[in-house]
Amino acid sequence: MEITAIYYLLPALIMFCCGVYGFITRKNMIAMLVSLELMLNAVDINFVVFNRFLYPEQTEGMFFTLFAIAIAAAETALAIAIIINIFRAVRNIDVRSLNEMKF
Amino acid sequence: MDITLPILILTIPLFMFFLLGLLGMKMSHKLAGTLGCLGMGTVLVLSYYTAYAYFFSGAPEFVNAAGERLQYIVFDQSWLTLYNPLEIRLGFLLDPISAMMLIVIPTISFMVHLYSMGYMRDHHGVFEHGFQRFYAFLSLFSFSMLGLVVATNIFQMYIFWELVGASSYLLIGFYYTRPSAVSASKKAFIVTRFADLGFLIGILILSFYTETFNFIEFTSVPVDGLANVSQVDLGTAEGVRNIFSTSAAPLFMGGSVLTWALVLIFMGGMGKSAMLPLHIWLPDAMEGPTPVSALIHAATMVVAGVYLVARLFPLYLMETTSLEIITVVGAITALYAAIVACTQIDIKRVLAFSTISQIAFMMVSLGVARPEFHEGLGYMASMFHLFTHAMFKALLFLGAGALIHAIGSNDYTEMHGLRKYMPVTHWTFLIGCLAIAGIIPFSGFFSKDEILSSCLGYSWVAYLWMSFVAFLTAFYMFRLYYLIFWWKEHKTHEGHHAPHDQPWTMTLPLVILAAISCVAGFIPFGNFVSWNGHPYDFMAHFDWNVATISLIVAILGIGLATVMYRKENSLPEKFRKAVPALWTWSYHRFYWDELYQFITHKIIFGSICRPLAWFDRHIIDGTMDSFATVTNKASDAIKPLQSGQIQMYVWYYLIGALALGTITVICLI
Repeated sequence: MEITAIYYLLPALIMFCCGVYGFITRKNMIAMLVSLELMLNAVDINFVVFNRFLYPEQTEGMFFTLFAIAIAAAETALAIAIIINIFRAVRNIDVRSLNEMKF
Repeated sequence: MDITLPILILTIPLFMFFLLGLLGMKMSHKLAGTLGCLGMGTVLVLSYYTAYAYFFSGAPEFVNAAGERLQYIVFDQSWLTLYNPLEIRLGFLLDPISAMMLIVIPTISFMVHLYSMGYMRDHHGVFEHGFQRFYAFLSLFSFSMLGLVVATNIFQMYIFWELVGASSYLLIGFYYTRPSAVSASKKAFIVTRFADLGFLIGILILSFYTETFNFIEFTSVPVDGLANVSQVDLGTAEGVRNIFSTSAAPLFMGGSVLTWALVLIFMGGMGKSAMLPLHIWLPDAMEGPTPVSALIHAATMVVAGVYLVARLFPLYLMETTSLEIITVVGAITALYAAIVACTQIDIKRVLAFSTISQIAFMMVSLGVARPEFHEGLGYMASMFHLFTHAMFKALLFLGAGALIHAIGSNDYTEMHGLRKYMPVTHWTFLIGCLAIAGIIPFSGFFSKDEILSSCLGYSWVAYLWMSFVAFLTAFYMFRLYYLIFWWKEHKTHEGHHAPHDQPWTMTLPLVILAAISCVAGFIPFGNFVSWNGHPYDFMAHFDWNVATISLIVAILGIGLATVMYRKENSLPEKFRKAVPALWTWSYHRFYWDELYQFITHKIIFGSICRPLAWFDRHIIDGTMDSFATVTNKASDAIKPLQSGQIQMYVWYYLIGALALGTITVICLI
């Protein structure tokens, strides 16, 4: 059995959909952040896979993934900081209670 | 001629206007008044010099070898080019009538400047509020009026025409805290503005066909001049006049375009000169300070209409229909105003109606002037009357101002028997009355006599009509004179001191103007002003029969007034009872104001403006409002989308992205 690209892309798709589902349904902001990471990782897998299977002699996809991982880490730190501050302000990290920014 | 003096004549008053208008509040009243007088005095000297140079220097640019006076353009600057060759210029034109006006306007204006130094104070010598503003406006007016008379083209005249209208508005409304003054100034502005609409249309028509605004091209004297004065410009004159004199002259609504243009231009003159349907603003304009009435509403601005017709006279001569219209309008106005003046009790209103009547005299005189009769005597007579009338009417108004200042009322019923108290005012006023009535050595006799004899040359109906008006003139002026100075002893009110003559600043102008009125008649006016520039010896044409008859008519009028009004008696009351209808109509000025009130309020406001206002409010505003309402409703309806729930936004995004993707896929398949 040969491992083709589809064997990598399908789990990545499932991961991405789980991320979207989680981002929409989870009310806890930490859980939403986790879902977000899940989507990001799915995309990273896609990058690596396409690079590996379509242009094996090049390495841009790999580098891009490494960049994305670094940025995701920074972004997570930022998001956690925001969430902590929100928690300090309203003693709650339920996203439904954060609806001040409306019409 | 050097360009400096004419430029200074125009710029000094303008400079004084800005100086007094901008810095007047910083200076003392006395300084402002003195500056105003000095500025006007300088202009007076400069314009006398210019007029003297024009009339007497005999320089070849002013008078040709045949002794004809020429139109001379001192400078003419292009100001606005509409299209080649039609351009508006600003310049300075010297010709007999503008040189004459250069004498009249600064003289009267200087007298009024001087007089106002005394008049614009209360009895304790305290200057009135806004004294500096008054002088600033006087300077503005002098500037505009001088610019009007020296205009080289009809558009420049129109510009200054509007400027005199605006300064008249400002000065009538000088006491802006008095509602009557405010409404009078608005009335004057609106009525004259309405008339100027006709003037503008006339200018546009004329310049559309002739492609020029310049007076020189409209009115240049035919090349071979005097030999055929009676058949002038029928194809003989050069330039633009050929356009109208050919058989292919453009027509409009059955009349030639030239007639339409000239009548419309005359309409502007009717507004400014208060001819009959548009006269209603002038009596109300008496709300302004009396020196203003003397300057603007008696001597200078109101004769602008006459001046306009005189300026375009050669054009009017081409189309005698328009001259006949002028004659008829003038004759009716003269009679109307004379009848009304016989019953008014406000002395300034009597003088106002007398002004209307005298201006109508000038208009009639222009209207009956024909080259074939006495070489266009009417034109010269009209200008002569303009000159003498400016002097004696300014004198009468300033005299009335002195009376009003002394008594504190415009009403002659408060006066009576003042001859002993105010001798200088009395004698000068009497001279003014004699001049306007037409008694022999005084100036009015000569000018009025010439008008009457030119009327006689036109038709005997015009002659009889105008003689009757002259009779009424003598009557109402002496009625006024006797009611002010005789009738019965003056009763000084308790706590008031007896009336007395005014300070020298007010009496000196009276004396000077009275002196001019005594001698102005002996000026050989025909040598200076005539319709084609050719010297006109009027003594050679002097008609002693007409002179005798007009003298008798004037003496009859004075005699009747003497019988009725010299001593207190019941004759006026009997007369009033005898013709109650005529008296009432005359007293109410033949209900013209009420007619206008009816037309404007009931007809124009009621049946035109109200529906228009309804249309504006409901249709136009309604459309705009409904745009706003729909937008408002729509945004209200979609507002909940912005709920603040982040996960909802993600939903919308997701669904939208999926929808777009689906649509793309479907389209691609």
